[in-house]
Amino acid sequence: MREQTTVAIKGVKDGLLVTVSESEEWQIIMNDLAARIDHQSAFFNGARITLDVGSRPVRRDELSSLKAMLERRNISLWSVMSDSATSIDAASALDVRAAQTTSTTQGAKPDAAPFNPEEDGTIGVMIRRTLRSGRTVHSHGHVVIYGDVNAGAEIIAAGDVIVWGRLRGNVHAGADGDESAVICALDMTPTQIRIAGYISIPPKDKRHKPKPETATIRDRQIVVVTWD
Amino acid sequence: MGGKVITITSGKGGVGKTTTTANIGVALARLNQKVVMIDADIGLRNLDIVMGLENRIVYDLVDVVEGRCKARQAMIKHKTFPELYLIPAAQTRDKTAVSPADMIQLTDGLRTEFDFIIIDSPAGIERGFRNAVAAADDVLIVTNPEVSAVRDADRVIGLLEAENKGPGQLILNRVKQDMIRRGEMLSPEDVTDLLAIKLIGIVPEDETVIPSSNSGIPVTLNDKSLAGLAFRNIARRLLGEEVPFIQLSESKGLFKRIARLFAGGER
Repeated sequence: MREQTTVAIKGVKDGLLVTVSESEEWQIIMNDLAARIDHQSAFFNGARITLDVGSRPVRRDELSSLKAMLERRNISLWSVMSDSATSIDAASALDVRAAQTTSTTQGAKPDAAPFNPEEDGTIGVMIRRTLRSGRTVHSHGHVVIYGDVNAGAEIIAAGDVIVWGRLRGNVHAGADGDESAVICALDMTPTQIRIAGYISIPPKDKRHKPKPETATIRDRQIVVVTWD
Repeated sequence: MGGKVITITSGKGGVGKTTTTANIGVALARLNQKVVMIDADIGLRNLDIVMGLENRIVYDLVDVVEGRCKARQAMIKHKTFPELYLIPAAQTRDKTAVSPADMIQLTDGLRTEFDFIIIDSPAGIERGFRNAVAAADDVLIVTNPEVSAVRDADRVIGLLEAENKGPGQLILNRVKQDMIRRGEMLSPEDVTDLLAIKLIGIVPEDETVIPSSNSGIPVTLNDKSLAGLAFRNIARRLLGEEVPFIQLSESKGLFKRIARLFAGGER
């Protein structure tokens, strides 16, 4: 393998700090980073990364492809540090928290959340993969799953939860108390759903026909209706 | 890179990992492959018993990784197949005696000599599991047609995917066709629908499996056994052959099946 000096990785207090070359081509940086991660996938699995791009102006599409590359490897892009306004704007546009390296007042605020979020400071997280048993997703925003949520998997979101697939696991929408939160799925056969403080166990019907449904709170209980 | 490392795992215990490992190993050896099996279930070694090689153990896996012997010295040659070997697990140590890096190093040394290196994983998803899958090129997940086993298989597939080892291929073991027909057991279709991975084998429940394991003669050596045939088919599929799945019939025999056909029960 080629000497990889385009990417430096070190552990910091709340995750991994990845510093990338300011001059190397973005694609090469992406490839090098992917290779480093794949080489030690167990170590990186589930990690959250702070990306330091220095003064490099990173475009939104560049950052977006890097974020997707990381998410495919079960790593979240937690924040971006840069003193380039372009990079900061790109990060903000992608709902990644951004920290201006030259400024001390802007950017990251301390996280007072009771749990460790998948992505913080965001309005949502989109996961393009089936969540298998044992996988948990936490978000302070909305969660969109493009795939199934298998029994034994769990989603806890402050906002809405949309499952573009079969929902068989546990979902808690409006976890911070938002009773207007909704849960939608193309096939709603969850183990249990919760919205804000309400809990519902769906009835067991053996051979049901999959149809898109939405769960909301009405008259102090969770009701599930056809998604229209 | 030479030989292929195949790990057999399941998450849940008691679904038939060791039986599957033994039978696939023997079935591959019957197809003239050079095979070494590694029992990664340190502390609960079993594969040597099922293979009928327990009394020949001198060195074990932990002796190899700790440098007390060469891999060659720990390899027990099978009684019938001169190209089939077993590296037994240690009985007196635990999973932490071996690291994932040790397994990669060991298997890399064996790849040049063997066509297949088959690793029998312990149950669970902890260190022993990670040791067993660290070196794997392919992973076979054994499950039974019941909800708890399938749930654990789903968890394991998720972990494999996270390590870029996934999703693996599925062996559905202990299938009873008459229970499926009565709606009392998940069908292969139900299971693949849940797990969304490729099936490489469907092994019927077979009363000859347990006595075979007890006597150290894997069931695949019994040409009359349907489970034995299923394991031979898996071995052929591992070699890239297209082998159709066995049409599982019920234990009741032809007459009953015809009777049910007239009753409209046969699918």
